[in-house]
Amino acid sequence: MHASLMDLIAWLGVDPNFVQQLINGLTLGSIYGLIAIGYTMVFGIIGMVNFAHGDVFMLSAFIALIFFLVLTTIIGIGSVALALFIVMLIAMVLTSLWGWALERLAYRPLRGSFRLAPLISAIGVSIFLSNFVQVAQGARNKPTPPMLPDVIPLFERDGYVVALSYKQLIIMLTTIVVLAIFWFVVQRTSLGRAQRACEQDRKMAALVGIDVDRTIALTFVLGAGLAAIAGTMYLLYYGVVNFADGFVPGVKAFTAAVLGGIGSLPGAVIGGLIIGLVEVLWSAYFSIAYKDVAAFCILIIVLTFMPSGLLGRPEVEKV
Amino acid sequence: MAASARLPAGAVSAAPEPPRPAPGFADALRDALYAALITLGLSIPLLALRTEQGPNGLVLEPRWGLVAACCGIVFVGRLLLRLLGLRAVPSRRSMAARGAVTTRAEPERQSGFALSALLGPVFLGIAVTFPLLAYLSAGGLTESRYWVDLGILILTYVMLGWGLNIVVGLAGLLDLGYVAFYAVGAYSYALLATTFSLSFWICLPLAGILAAFWGILLGFPVLRLRGDYLAIVTLAFGEIIRLVLINWVDVTGGGAGISSIPRVTFFGIPFTNDETGFLGWMRWLLGWRDGAQGSLGWLFGPEGPTFSPMHRIIFLYYLILVLALITNLVTLRLRRLPVGRAWEALREDEIACRSLGINTTSTKLTAFAIGAMFGGFAGSFFAVRQGFISPESFNFLESATILAIVVLGGMGSQIGVAIAAVAMVGGPEMLRNLGFLSHVFGSGFDPNEYRFLLFGMGMVLMMIWRPRGLISVREPSVVLRERRAISGSHVKEGHG
Repeated sequence: MHASLMDLIAWLGVDPNFVQQLINGLTLGSIYGLIAIGYTMVFGIIGMVNFAHGDVFMLSAFIALIFFLVLTTIIGIGSVALALFIVMLIAMVLTSLWGWALERLAYRPLRGSFRLAPLISAIGVSIFLSNFVQVAQGARNKPTPPMLPDVIPLFERDGYVVALSYKQLIIMLTTIVVLAIFWFVVQRTSLGRAQRACEQDRKMAALVGIDVDRTIALTFVLGAGLAAIAGTMYLLYYGVVNFADGFVPGVKAFTAAVLGGIGSLPGAVIGGLIIGLVEVLWSAYFSIAYKDVAAFCILIIVLTFMPSGLLGRPEVEKV
Repeated sequence: MAASARLPAGAVSAAPEPPRPAPGFADALRDALYAALITLGLSIPLLALRTEQGPNGLVLEPRWGLVAACCGIVFVGRLLLRLLGLRAVPSRRSMAARGAVTTRAEPERQSGFALSALLGPVFLGIAVTFPLLAYLSAGGLTESRYWVDLGILILTYVMLGWGLNIVVGLAGLLDLGYVAFYAVGAYSYALLATTFSLSFWICLPLAGILAAFWGILLGFPVLRLRGDYLAIVTLAFGEIIRLVLINWVDVTGGGAGISSIPRVTFFGIPFTNDETGFLGWMRWLLGWRDGAQGSLGWLFGPEGPTFSPMHRIIFLYYLILVLALITNLVTLRLRRLPVGRAWEALREDEIACRSLGINTTSTKLTAFAIGAMFGGFAGSFFAVRQGFISPESFNFLESATILAIVVLGGMGSQIGVAIAAVAMVGGPEMLRNLGFLSHVFGSGFDPNEYRFLLFGMGMVLMMIWRPRGLISVREPSVVLRERRAISGSHVKEGHG
């Protein structure tokens, strides 16, 4: 089956470079998708752009890096995959704590305040987080020891080997599994129901006995947890992290959320995959220097011509 | 005044919040313990273990003392807060009440109005005499350089704040990419001056026009956007400009930037120490010729007026002061014109605006264009002052700083923006002077590292403490019978 599929691709005459870039793009897109869910959930429930979400993601990558070092150099776990799994869980817990604390300290006091206040507060949190990490961990790039360098060659054509690396496989599989769990949480548990109720009408949700504050706090916690998975995957994929790495992925993930239709969870993932693909294909075929410009241009084009995104509900203008 | 003015009329009839029973010591202790535990959780990997580059990859350097100190501070702080019955964060109830102010202007506000009316002339007086004050207090021209440079920096941000205030404060369009226009202005001057050797005085208006053009260019696609969407698109626009500046190496010099930008001239006369330069001009002005003292020559003694490089700096100071005041004046006058009223109407209610026949397209575009124009002026001033520009001067942090100045000042309040600029730019600068703290925290302690950390924290605290900004009174642009101040909480922040 495997061989025949690859033969089919080869027979179809698809450019092997294109297939390779497709794989790379989907990997990157998975990471963006995981971050984008955090944006889209928070926007759906309290209507604010959590500007600091990109920095929470960066923070989680640092937490993952430090625990990876602790596990491999101090405790001495030999298996990188096992270490990564433990690191991911720890990073999720600690980043969720950060998400909770930020919501409690910087956003909750502003609920009911004027519209710009949470956005400005979030910008403040974003600046705080990146500089906190800079002060605490230093401004240099932090490279990890090489992790999982092996690749699975898929097929060869004209001397060009298309390969799926273990990293990419892990990232895609993790994303799929996490999204399945997450989907279950949102669709089937009481927390998910409370979340969807708050999203529709916060006041009514409170009237029917939902603890709105708790639900919102848990939304931030969930978003931060997903960002932590993305952060661990990012660290695994690139093998380096820097205190300033939160901003650009953050904006791109927001673009993904907008592209998919803000407030829509599947939309966020689809948007993330599209942004990842566009970025990688743009780098491969046009110019690597302008890949971020391409992503930002998509944001502007989408918002101008399709403000409700692919799967979003159109915004109704009320008097 | 602050406490009473913030109470809405609705809450006056109801008794103020009853004094809460003093919390038991055990409760407070438990609460503080939780806070300390959370701090421990937050700081465990990031503060406790610092990654350092070792010979074979990263090594971890434990710093448990720091974590213990942080937890201790949080524990004690939280305990004290609880025992004293204070709240670090205003209660939700008072917050909601504050948001729902629906009263007329209260008499107490008038005093705030008078105060802010008085602040203007005071600030202007200080600004005009600032180089003299710096000269007197520092005891010499060269010694006062630091202070005059700081003054220039603050005034640049005052001007940027006033420029952005047109877009955000008056028209209610949230712009997170204002730094793009600053960059356009700076690169316009730098490129025109280095390529065509045009004078600063020709480039200054050109830079403003080019920035205004870019403002319109940005304005078109975002006309339909509102709120946070608009904010993010303008942010993306700012980033695009910066990325193009970095990557278009042939024109902009890429990340290395543009250096040796021609310096400012005294309306064509270079600041040099010879007869054809500023020295000669001073001599001519004072009638001093080869020892023959002119009408004012007695002021300078036998060797006549001497040239100092500080003359250029002081000239730059007054240049940016005049530019900032022009921005202010134009804004104040525009508010009285139909277009200014349309801006404010747009901020209050866009739908009502449209139904009254106001052309929202041109109203938004003029706001973007005029705001951008002043950003462009400030940018070309920045380029002529620095002599070197690179894309790194125009990152998102700059936009955030300018926006924070506008919001902190109270959107729409001119004097508030000036005060906020002093606080936001001058405050972090003062951190440099805290070198004595290194005796407390060890020699490796550099307070300057913590600038942006504190800056970010300040932004959050500001939003919690005074979301309406420092100056919470607004001057109405149209007056019926009597002049009254209006509270900032009556002013809407716009939809887009």
